[in-house]
Amino acid sequence: MQEGKPLSSKQINRELLLTILNSPKWFFTTISLLGMIVLFAMGAAGIMINQGFGVTGLNRPVMWGFFITNFVFWIGISHAGVMLSAILRLSKAEWRRPATRAAEILTVFSLMTAMTMPLIHTGRPWRTVYWIYTLPFVPYDYARGIWPNIRTPLVWDPSAVYTYLTSSILFVLVALIPDFAVLRDRTTGISHRIYGMLAMGWQGNPRQWKLQVIAGVLLSALILPVFVSVHSIVSWDFGMAVSVKSWHSTIFAPYFVVGAVHSGVSAVAFVLILLRYVYGWQNYIRHEHIDALARLLVVVATGWFYFLVMEIVFGFYGREADEIAVRNFQFMVTPWNIWMMIFVGVTYFLPVGIWLSRSARRNLWIMSLACISVNIGMWLERFLIIVPGLARKQLLTFDWYTYRPSPIEWIIVGGTFAMVTMLMLIVARVAPLIPLYDIKEGEILRTEIKIGRVTVPAVYRED
Amino acid sequence: MVTKRTEHKWGMVVDLDRCTGCQACVVACQAENNIPINTKDYFQQRRAYEWIRIERYWEGEFPNVKARFIPILCQHCENAPCEPVCPVFATYHNDEGLNVQIYNRCIGTRYCSVNCPYSVRMFNYWQPNWPDRFRNQLNPDVTVRTRGIMEKCTFCVQRLRRGEVNVERRGLEPLTGERITGEKKLNYRQMKEGNYLPACVQSCPTNALQFSDQHDETGPVKERFDEANEQIETRHHGGHVDESHTRVYRLFEEVGTKPNVIYLKKVDSFPLEKA
Repeated sequence: MQEGKPLSSKQINRELLLTILNSPKWFFTTISLLGMIVLFAMGAAGIMINQGFGVTGLNRPVMWGFFITNFVFWIGISHAGVMLSAILRLSKAEWRRPATRAAEILTVFSLMTAMTMPLIHTGRPWRTVYWIYTLPFVPYDYARGIWPNIRTPLVWDPSAVYTYLTSSILFVLVALIPDFAVLRDRTTGISHRIYGMLAMGWQGNPRQWKLQVIAGVLLSALILPVFVSVHSIVSWDFGMAVSVKSWHSTIFAPYFVVGAVHSGVSAVAFVLILLRYVYGWQNYIRHEHIDALARLLVVVATGWFYFLVMEIVFGFYGREADEIAVRNFQFMVTPWNIWMMIFVGVTYFLPVGIWLSRSARRNLWIMSLACISVNIGMWLERFLIIVPGLARKQLLTFDWYTYRPSPIEWIIVGGTFAMVTMLMLIVARVAPLIPLYDIKEGEILRTEIKIGRVTVPAVYRED
Repeated sequence: MVTKRTEHKWGMVVDLDRCTGCQACVVACQAENNIPINTKDYFQQRRAYEWIRIERYWEGEFPNVKARFIPILCQHCENAPCEPVCPVFATYHNDEGLNVQIYNRCIGTRYCSVNCPYSVRMFNYWQPNWPDRFRNQLNPDVTVRTRGIMEKCTFCVQRLRRGEVNVERRGLEPLTGERITGEKKLNYRQMKEGNYLPACVQSCPTNALQFSDQHDETGPVKERFDEANEQIETRHHGGHVDESHTRVYRLFEEVGTKPNVIYLKKVDSFPLEKA
């Protein structure tokens, strides 16, 4: 039984296509503002590439810092797409409908943003073509026998991420076909032709619907293993490092995957609240949806918290001096211990405390606060894994050092957030961020009829 | 004339009992390997280039305190953690037991340095720069590195290569390239102990650093390496090594890197009284 009043197809079309057919006044101002931040960050990256890595705060023990943290963070955000679309589609959760498209598009853009991080993070970015297949028209130098080293997680990593990116784009495009057809019918001129190409001759006949549903289900099922593997492999960047005591842990793969879902779903919940506020989609993104996401998050967060505690407990259980040195750095050395406390507080105790109360789950302001706090916390989590691990790598205390990010690193990290927001807004201008046909299907499924004194659903889905 | 190459496995022994922490090896390395000049800023930011560095540790509590020195350089591990993680094969193991770095391949992911337990891999944060008057003293046998890549101790591989050509191919004295005549004339045509020494070993005033082929019967390191390998075997089969009866150890042996550098413990005649 869903909340809210029934919506007609006409109303759904009108309200959800509003952002595309007429853009709001604030749109271009916001886009140019965000674009300026992105350009600023690109300039900072240019300075870094031009001058060398001396402009960052990295040093000999701490060779990885903000960029790798940010990379893992954005990969984590990208896990929301599949979690919400694929898993909830396969498990037939009705409340997923308005959240899927936004989650998938967030997935695509956060993956793209994440992949810029390791590229600019190399000492000689103009040579990364020898590492990963960066551009489709620049192949590996096979002819001279130059191959990448497949033993390194740094090669598994782009393989997994690019697979995930390709399948996510496919997933979004397949799901968009019926909506592109709607747009094709409502536009003229050049945009009519472009939407026509994207809609790929969609007429909405039963055979096409059947194929589209089959494609969606197939892609959902096929993308699931990719979903689990991506963040596992990202975690192996750290887990495979035998020399960094606190990283070399078998728990990292599930720990990172659950953490990724935690931050990703929170991010999607925040994006939905934002969309509801900005575009006035109160009829589509309803309190029940946010409520359901929050209830899902309570489970995910608690699973994540279990891994966090286990990781720390295992660290102490071994009682090895080098492992204890890392924990000492995390828990006893200011300011790291303060960050550690903030991290555990804002990632678990504050949001889960909020989500346990039904009225708080239905208050959008409090929900936004909880979702943002989770994402701040998850960013800190990666930071507090990467940097203390390196700062106290082994027991050569003579080489211990700490890490202070430079302004350049802050600007670039800030720029990635602006970039994802900007890309999301641009897509909201050209494609509906809430799937029209999915909402309409939901409306049909929720129609009820009265038979005597009982109310029963008018339509049953055939499984 | 092309002779068959002899198989070598180079190794170094660091005798901590003899090390006085004089830093002569550090200076020699700096001069030999075209290492950029370390400024005060480089040290303060922990970005100094030191292919070999002397780490100083204090033992005891003031005033009852002793300074301890340990030279740390690339250990040229058999199971080097830095090698499998490089995506572009910029670092690999050659057939002489050296862990080599190919500067042209390196793209600077810095994963090798992250995965090095000894922190001996140096990253070029800035473009290395020498004053004009220093440019003529750069060693022509050693690549001048650019920014954005990793570099580290090579066991002075340029000396090895020059020695190879001189001894194995031309029968000359390896370091100076002079013709060997009379009594000094060698009756072998292969690199042996003393034919090839890294700059740090050559400069060490107390002979704390010793370097040779691990299989060379006449060399100074063979028995130490035999002992160390025996210890690894014993531990591998679950045996116990009595550490009070041996001076040989490898740095961070528990990481399983099997270094080709071994250390000899300090023999302390007047140990600190433990409070």
